[in-house]
Amino acid sequence: MGLLRYIAVRAMLIVPTVLILYTLVFIVLRILPGDPVLAVLGTKNIPPEQLEQIRHNLGLDKPYIVQYFEYLWNVLHGDFGTSMVISGRSITADLLERLPATVELAIAGLIVSLAIGITTGFIAATKRDTKLDLGLRVFGSVTYTLFIPWLGLMFQLIFAVWLRWLPASGRIDPDVGLETVTGFYILDSIITGNMEAFRSALSHMILPALTLGLVLSGPYTRLVRTNLVKALESNYVLAYHARGVRGSRILLHAFRNALIPVVTYAGLQFALLLGGAVLTETTFDWPGIGTYLVEKVSYRDYPAIQAVVIVFAFFVGVISLIVDLIYALLDPRIRY
Amino acid sequence: MSKPILIVEDLTVYYYTLKGIVRAVEEASLKAYSSDLVALVGESGSGKSTLGYALLNLVPPPGRIVKGRVIVNGVDVLSLRGDELRKARGSLISMVFQDPFTTLDPVRRVGDQILEVLLEHGVPLEEARERVVEVIRAVGLPERMARAYPHQLSGGQRQRISIAAAIALKPRVLVADEPTTALDVIVQKQIMDLLDDVRKTTGMAIILITHDIALAAERATKIAVMYAGKIVEYGPKDKVIGDPLHPYTKALLKSVPDIESREWPRPIPGTPPDLRKPPSGCRFHPRCPLAMDICKRKSPNIVEVEPHHYVSCWLYEGGEASG
Ligand SMILES: Nc1ncnc2c1ncn2[C@@H]1O[C@H](COP(=O)(O)OP(=O)(O)O)[C@@H](O)[C@H]1O
Ligand code: SF4
Ligand SMILES: [Mg+2]
Repeated sequence: MGLLRYIAVRAMLIVPTVLILYTLVFIVLRILPGDPVLAVLGTKNIPPEQLEQIRHNLGLDKPYIVQYFEYLWNVLHGDFGTSMVISGRSITADLLERLPATVELAIAGLIVSLAIGITTGFIAATKRDTKLDLGLRVFGSVTYTLFIPWLGLMFQLIFAVWLRWLPASGRIDPDVGLETVTGFYILDSIITGNMEAFRSALSHMILPALTLGLVLSGPYTRLVRTNLVKALESNYVLAYHARGVRGSRILLHAFRNALIPVVTYAGLQFALLLGGAVLTETTFDWPGIGTYLVEKVSYRDYPAIQAVVIVFAFFVGVISLIVDLIYALLDPRIRY
Repeated sequence: MSKPILIVEDLTVYYYTLKGIVRAVEEASLKAYSSDLVALVGESGSGKSTLGYALLNLVPPPGRIVKGRVIVNGVDVLSLRGDELRKARGSLISMVFQDPFTTLDPVRRVGDQILEVLLEHGVPLEEARERVVEVIRAVGLPERMARAYPHQLSGGQRQRISIAAAIALKPRVLVADEPTTALDVIVQKQIMDLLDDVRKTTGMAIILITHDIALAAERATKIAVMYAGKIVEYGPKDKVIGDPLHPYTKALLKSVPDIESREWPRPIPGTPPDLRKPPSGCRFHPRCPLAMDICKRKSPNIVEVEPHHYVSCWLYEGGEASG
């Protein structure tokens, strides 16, 4: 089958992408000044022999090429190694704990950005060339230029500090005693029927998701507006009118055509979404991969940083494949 | 003769653009009877499509119907509003367009697009399903094509589907805007045969918009010649082709190759006018070899020179020309 073949080819293409990114980050980490040992111990006066001993224990005295392939080999066996900073700490366990937090935030941010972008784009297109249209387009461009930490801070000030409606940071109130199943707190609280945890997780999610979603919504506004305007001017819309189809139905058909490019864009922007999630995490002290990465970078924790990059690259590849398949479902012209 | 199925009177359509008013259709009048095939011929930009849209009260902005009447089967289409107007489209008068590659919704099955027309006009689902099958067969396609998406069909098949969707409710008038221009010669003939068949079996009147006077000469029962937004000559096909009266019609006929006369085609000198500033008087006067003084000053009326044969030219409006 064409489709299965396509999936197989696309899945295989993820491998070189991941390899290239791993290689890049491996090289960059070794070129940059500082290493895990110095980062942890600082400039304390440590006898050179002892330093050598620590380096040897961490495997840092091996040739780069050996380090490169050893790590790769372990990853292929599902082992991302142990932290060089907190000795014995399994990076795989860290990732399993942190990744769901980031993905949950990214999904919430995506939903918010799509909801804002599609609604405003739709209104702008149907009210085109009015003041409302202009206003929404300006709104879309302005929000896109906002800096996530700044917007996050504003939201924290307004909704957490002044109004005291929502928590300023964190992911959940530790007192609610949520039992984790999938690691997605909102989902877990529903599964375990823990209403208190659900409310807590949701209220912690609102500000970060709004921050991320608002900033990323601008391109969707523009894309939906442009495509819907184009669709409404197309010949098939005129033909629908000529055959006496109701205006509201025609709008729906045009909307469906206009949404197809939006799906592609959402897929292409997934890397951006993750990047935005990382920034949002540091602003809201969200215990995801972003905050993890920031910690690990400051300690030059080589295997942890490499692991994050590999997992991110893999993720982006898989998501873009899924988006492609959704695209094919929406648009019958696409056949693989 | 019975009552006309389509009456167009003084139809005038302007586009109000930022760069000025485009006088796309000016005081057009014509009549069509059951089973007529009226060809609306003229150079590109002469206002044929605009006139076609106006017949369905479907002129796209910034266009507006300034005045005139369109009566289809006794119904005054231009006075209809809202849902009444919507329902008249498709059931009373319908339209097919030039480019079959863009006039079907690319993401929906063609059968669903035909079905929708029926459902939107209140045909019950079961009956509508049967009618879709019937009409797809009637346009010469196998039933299974209902499940196809537009991109899976050839240009000719798509145009057949467009026709099927347009005639599914058996409207009394079908406007066909250059329905074969985008197709190759053999398919053109098949589509024209289909339209002929449709009008003969259903009594539908077809307004065929075309720039191809040879096609009009071959297929039409009546021909209306448009120049710069005006109908300059209108009458039975044999009269207009066999005994053309208007200088523009004569020039148009000489501009196409004629196998029998073995004459070279002679293109009409000059260019069509800009409809934002149409020439004064007779709009054809800057290109007319017979132009007289009055032609620049006053616009000729359209007059019935012989029974059913109308012309708008000072050469045939003797009385007023001297005054
Ligand atoms: N949407 C529009 N806005 C402005 N002018 C238009 C529009 N559509 C058509 N026109 C103008 O109206 C005139 C008639 O066009 P049209 O009806 O398409 O002619 P035809 O079908 O004979 O080629 C042309 O001068 C054209 O430029
Ligand atoms: S009215 Fe005058 S200019 Fe116009 S077609 Fe007749 S003769 Fe020519
Ligand atoms: Mg046209």
